Formats: sequence, C-alpha cells, structure tokens
Amino acid sequence: MAAEFIPEAEPLHPRDNYLNVRYGVGSWLLTRDHKRIALLYLASITFFFFLGGLFALLIRLELLTPGGDLVQSETYNKLFTMHGVVMIFFFLIPSIPAVLGNFLIPMMIGAKDLAFPRLNLLSWYIYIVGAAFTMWAVVHGGVDTGWTFYTPLSTAAANGHVVATAVGIFITGFSSILTGLNFIVTIHTMRAPGLTWFRLPLFVWSHYATSLIMVLGTPVIAVTLLMVGVERIFHLGLFDPALGGDPVLFQHLFWFYSHPAVYIMILPAMGVISEVVTTFSRKNIFGYRFVAFASVAIAVLGFLVWGHHMFVSGQSVYAGMIFSLLSFLVAIPSAIKVFNWTATMYRGSISWRTPMLYAFGFIGLFTIGGLTGLFLATLGVDVHVHDTYFIVAHFHYIMVGGAIMGYLGGMHYWWPKISGKMYPEGWARFAALIVFIGFNLTFFPQFVLGYLGMPRRYHAYPPEFQVLNVMSTAGASVLGVGYVIPMIYFAWSMRYGKNAPANPWRSTGLEWQTTSPPPTENFPVPPVVTSEPYVYATESEVVG
Amino acid sequence: MRPDLPLFPSQASAMAPHVDALYFYLLAVSAFFSLLIAILVIFFAIKFRRRSEDEVPVGNEGSLKLELAWTVIPLLITMTFFVWGAKLYFRMNRPPNDATQIFIVGKQWMWKLQHQDGQREINELHVPVGTPVRLTMTSEDVIHSFFIPAFRMKMDVIPGRYTQQWFRATTPGDFHIFCSQYCGTKHSAMIGTVHVMEPTAFQAWLSGGSGSESLASAGSKLFQQHACNTCHRNDSQARGPNLEGLFGKPVQLQNGQTVTADEQYIRESILMPSAKMVAGYQPIMPTFQGLISEEGILQLVAYIRSLSPSPGSAAAPSPGGMAPPVKNSSPEREAPK
Repeated sequence: MAAEFIPEAEPLHPRDNYLNVRYGVGSWLLTRDHKRIALLYLASITFFFFLGGLFALLIRLELLTPGGDLVQSETYNKLFTMHGVVMIFFFLIPSIPAVLGNFLIPMMIGAKDLAFPRLNLLSWYIYIVGAAFTMWAVVHGGVDTGWTFYTPLSTAAANGHVVATAVGIFITGFSSILTGLNFIVTIHTMRAPGLTWFRLPLFVWSHYATSLIMVLGTPVIAVTLLMVGVERIFHLGLFDPALGGDPVLFQHLFWFYSHPAVYIMILPAMGVISEVVTTFSRKNIFGYRFVAFASVAIAVLGFLVWGHHMFVSGQSVYAGMIFSLLSFLVAIPSAIKVFNWTATMYRGSISWRTPMLYAFGFIGLFTIGGLTGLFLATLGVDVHVHDTYFIVAHFHYIMVGGAIMGYLGGMHYWWPKISGKMYPEGWARFAALIVFIGFNLTFFPQFVLGYLGMPRRYHAYPPEFQVLNVMSTAGASVLGVGYVIPMIYFAWSMRYGKNAPANPWRSTGLEWQTTSPPPTENFPVPPVVTSEPYVYATESEVVG
Repeated sequence: MRPDLPLFPSQASAMAPHVDALYFYLLAVSAFFSLLIAILVIFFAIKFRRRSEDEVPVGNEGSLKLELAWTVIPLLITMTFFVWGAKLYFRMNRPPNDATQIFIVGKQWMWKLQHQDGQREINELHVPVGTPVRLTMTSEDVIHSFFIPAFRMKMDVIPGRYTQQWFRATTPGDFHIFCSQYCGTKHSAMIGTVHVMEPTAFQAWLSGGSGSESLASAGSKLFQQHACNTCHRNDSQARGPNLEGLFGKPVQLQNGQTVTADEQYIRESILMPSAKMVAGYQPIMPTFQGLISEEGILQLVAYIRSLSPSPGSAAAPSPGGMAPPVKNSSPEREAPK
C-alpha cells in the first residue's frame, strides 16, 4: 500500500513512542491507546495459554498409561474441562483479535486509534473480571462438565462450580461483543482518505468477518449459559427431562454459537497468513476479492452448520442431511483461501524468515485439519468417529495447527513493530521447527486412535491404545518446549534485541510506514492511500 | 513383550465395510489434496526463494478461470462425499422390520440391557451372527452414547426419549462397547463387551438363562398391577382407547393432528398422558411419572407392542403366558450399500 508518508531515514534512537511516552502502572491500567491495550491483552492471554497448556500436559501424562493412575477420574475430568474452557474462552477467542487486531487495525487503516478507545479498555477489564470468576472456580475445586456444558449433566448431575465458571464465560462474552463492535465501527468510519473497501488489507477483512460473528453469536452463548445457571439454581425445567425440559435443546443453542466460535478463532489467523504470505513472497495476493469474500462467506455459512455436532443425538435423518450439505459448503471458502495463498507464492521472491515458516506450517496443517473436517461432515463416517479422538485431532489441527500457528507467525511478523526490537532469527526458526514436529507427533496419532474407536474424555482406556497415546504424549512434551522458547527470546529481545527499523521486511503495509515502535498517534502525518494493498511490483508490471 | 499397535479397527458388522470404503475414499481424496498443497508450497518455496534482498517479482494478475476451477471442483468432490455419506446414514437409521429387539437403559455408569425374551445383562451384550438387531435406548439420568467401534455404530442415549439404532453382526468375537458421550465422573468406566456368537451357540446361551420371563409378559403384569386395564379395555366400559392392534397405527388426536403409535408415543402417553390427547377421550388419565422405572416402561411398551400382530413385531399376543422365544426366521437382509 503506497502512502504519502514515508520516513526519509531511520533515527538511530527512536524518539517518543507509545512505549516510552509515559511510565508507571497507572499509565498502563488507565491507557486508552489501542497499542497498550493490546499489550495488556498479550500479557493476560499469555498467562492463560500457559495455564491451559499446563492442564494439557497433565492430561497427556495421565494418558501415558492405560490405567487411570496419575490422577483420579474426577480430577482428570476437571483437567480437560478447564483445559477447554481456558484455551477457548480465555486464550483462542481473544488471541489474535484482541492482541494483533487491536494493535494493527487502526494502523492498517491509517487511524489514530479505534473508534471507542474507552470501550476498548473496558473490554479488557470485562475480560479480566470474567477470567477472575472462572479462576475462582478453578482454585476452589474446578468444574467437571466438559467445556461443552451438556445438559442435563451440567444442570442436574455435575459437581463443582458450574455456575461460577458459566458466569465467568458469560461476562467475558461481553468483552468479545464490545471488541467486535469497536472493530466494525472503526473499519466503517475511520479508514484513511483513499482507503476504499477493496484497498483494505485482508487482515482487516478477516477481522471484520470475525467481528460480525462476535457481535451476532456471543449473545446466544451468553443466554444459553444463563439458562444453564438458572436451571441449576432454580430447577426451572428448561433442559432437564425430569422437569419437563429438553436436553437436546441445549446442544442446538450451544453449537449455534460454538460452531461460529471456531471461525472466530481461525478467521483472524487466516488474516495473518494473507499478510505474511504476501510480504514474504513480495507479491500481491492472488485473487484478492475471492480471499476477502471467502472470509465473509465463512462468517455467514458458519451460522448454518451447528447441527453437524448432533448427527448421533437422535435428530431427524433429514435435518442431519441438510446440516451435512451445508457443512460441505462452508469448507469451500476455506479451500479457496488455501489455493490462493499457494498461488500467491508462484513466481514470488520467497523469504524463509520465521513468520513465513509459520505460514508454511499453517497452510499444511490447516489443509489437513480442513480435509479431516470433511470426514466429520460425511454422515455415514461421522457416526463412527463422532466423540472419538478423531475429532480431538481434527479440531486441534484447526485450533493449534491453524490458529496458534497463525498467532505465532503474526507475533514474529509484527514483533519488530510492537516492541521496536528484532527477535533472534536462528532461535526463532529452530522453535518453529520444534513446534511443527511436536504438533504433528502429538496430534497425528490421535486420528488413528479415533478411527480405532477410542472415545474422547476417557480417563482410562483399553491397553491396545497405549502405543499411540505414548507417541502423543511424547509429542506434547516437544510441543511444550517449542512454545516456551519463543517466550524466552521475545522477553530477551525486549532488552537485548537489535533495534528494529521501521520496515524490516520491506512490506507495503501501512503499519510499516511509521516508526517502530509507533508513536501514540501512530502516524505523525495522517496517511493518504493511493493504491491497492500488496503492490510490490512497479506500476507498469501490475495489471489489474 | 512386543507392543500392541493396532492401526485399524476390526470389521464385525454388515455396515462396517461400507463405512470403511467411504472412509478410504475420503482418505484418498484428502491425501491427494494434502500432498498437492504440500508439494506446491515446498516446490515454490525452494524454486522461487529470494536470491537477493532487492529482487522484486512481477505482480499477480489473478485468474477467474483458476478461481472457478478451485471452487467448482472441490464442491463437486464434496458432493460425492455428501451423497454417499447420506445414503449410509439413511440405512443406519432404518432398522429392518424383522430385526430382533434389544432394550437398553443407560445410567451413570452402567449399561442395562434386556432381550425380548427377558434375559438381562449388565455391560455385556450377547448377539447372534447374521441377525439384524434393533436397539431401543433411553437413559435414567444424563445423556450417554452407545458406541460399538467394531460395528461402526453409535447413537446417543437420551433421558426422556427413545433413540434407536440397529446392526447386523458378521464376525463372531468379543468387541468393545464404549459410552462415547461424556457423562460424568466414571465416564471411562461405562464400558462393556459385545459377544457376537454363532447362532447355535447363541441359542444355547439364550436357553441357559435363569428362566426369566419375556418383556411383554412382564409388561402384561405391570399393566394389571397399575390397573391400566380398568380403563384401557375392549368393551363399552372403556374410558381410554383400546390398545389392541394399536401399535404402529396412526392415531387421530383431539387437536386434529395424527401421530403414529410408536415406542416414543406410548412412553409419552404413560408419563404425560395429556400431551397428545386421542380424539374422543377425556384427559382423565393420571401421570405415571416417577411411578414406573424406565425398564418398566420398556416392558409396558413391549406388551402393548405384542398386542399388535404386525409383521416384524415378533412376539405374538399371548395373554398371561410366556411369549414364545423370538427366533428370527426371515431370510437375512441384503447388506446395505
């Protein structure tokens, strides 16, 4: 994206920037700067990522042997419940939008901040209050319903702090809604002069689609969890058949949000990949409009496929068929994106820097995750693999292989902008490789386990499944190491890293046209946009 | 000891090879596209690697033809998955009429199973090779799911309603039964074994039972015990609908709708009699919610079913006495495609 403002030369020591403009705890906790709020989120979600990871590690250690010998079954059930709750609601959903989206959307559209800076800060506080409720539940004995809170287990049978956990998620939902609202208004009203919709970076398009889901879907989960809480306390008979309720109704309501929520997690990562692939191929994206509209198509179709979680819940055969058909349709926009990213690389100038390594990993793993999703959309096969390790493997390929790979790729890509420092390239490439190997070793054997029939959420399992479980646990330890290394060198680089130039990747993105780290107002002179995004070749070489 | 490393589940039902064939088709298509993308990414990454810091490649022009190709081709391929998968699903959900009935009640954390002739089992299921078996299932507490991997068969077991699934075992042997819907503390202990037996061995097992009475006969006793027969009778004194010949027939309701008198309807009519009032009758029947266990209701359903000598409902009416043992004499069903 060509902009009028291009700094002439790098100052050796950056002047005032958003990091050094003010110091002290108050300057952070009361900030209205979207960049500082992004860092507040970064610190919080990093904590939850490692907490959720710790639960995962304990789960994998338990599954090292067939007998339930490390922890008791009650504890095991709490571990996988808290792993799911923490990773989904307190890490994955806020991860890319609240950190990278918050930091970058105003910069990518040439704005000083989001449309509602105070609301943005409020979102973070709401998130923290919600997290506090859920953490209270964890500390006071946990909850053992599974992150899915299926009724009547959650309303009538489960032990533990179901209500506190649900209240935490309910509250955190408002943080999501407000963030989505803020993004939508910002993207509509605060674009720089000349920045038309089809000149927007694809990162912005994917966050726009994500925001739509956040605003439209989150209220449904909020109401659903409220119903669970109310039923548990007052025995209203909404879901419990003993009181005249319908237990399957809960599943409809829950998945009406929670399936689109999968797209809240993956769409922003797709946005990151579009930015990384173009920058490190020095090419404009292949099929810009197809990639942009694919995001919107995913957001819209994503609301129509919830019934594919219920193929064996006794719903009508014909309802199953409709949901199966719609689920295949939602796969197509994802396939379009993968093909376009691959085509973008054709005859590019491809750099093997760390963000691009994560993009390679993302494309491969997301492809496997997406294709195995087709197995689950296929009715006759889903009956067998439903609720087995096959589905555990599938969604971890999307959530970990896709969303977290995208998040890490994005963190490396924008780290120079965020911190003003370069991360150590050698270590970063090494960690990316470790993550890729560890990930596949952890989750690939689970596809095999699932088709063999090992059900998910099993504390103990028949001995013939042990070898594959040992492989998975070994992989999880490697993956854990792969996640710790970047935390160390990111922290190290804050103090010892080389100063980052404004645009170390020679990207055309507007966020790279200001200093690293940027000043509080982002651009000393408001930029004017005069062309499409991702124009690397000279004008004469680009057609269309 | 050499570690045991199975990579593929045993195929022990008529459905299993069909599910596996579709699975291998999906696997082949997925492997093709995964490899295609992986090879292209790696090839481009090497072939077009950056050779100098200053190089700038020519821009992409896009291609409508390519975009259409990689939209339409995947769409067509996924439609083949859809059609094939839907066909199998349809067959899985349509039990043959001559299937033997087995009733299952799930509870935290065990499976209680009962054969038509009355044999009860807990966490074990004996079935003969070659006979279609239809499972009618419900739960006493939370949602469970009855899963036999070797049969590629699974269905949720839901409190407050009946769900159904069927299979035809093809290979003698012992196979896992798992509960696959998370159901609380001892979820992973809610497991069992299905013993698939040769028909003769199965007969021997059946007759070796402890002389338990058939479901329908037990239901008949309950019917008297709860005095159902004072209203549901076959004469002018009847204050409730006559139940003889009712099962499987359409019922005209007061609100003008018509429902089929199936297991689900009978269960509901016992527990919530006024939910679907039959045309021409007063809502005078009391609810039996909490008075009859899920197993008792299943026995009543079996009894009412036995009052209708329809093809396939194996037990003929045998008032007061033991129903004859149900043997499947009909020819084996065609294997589903």
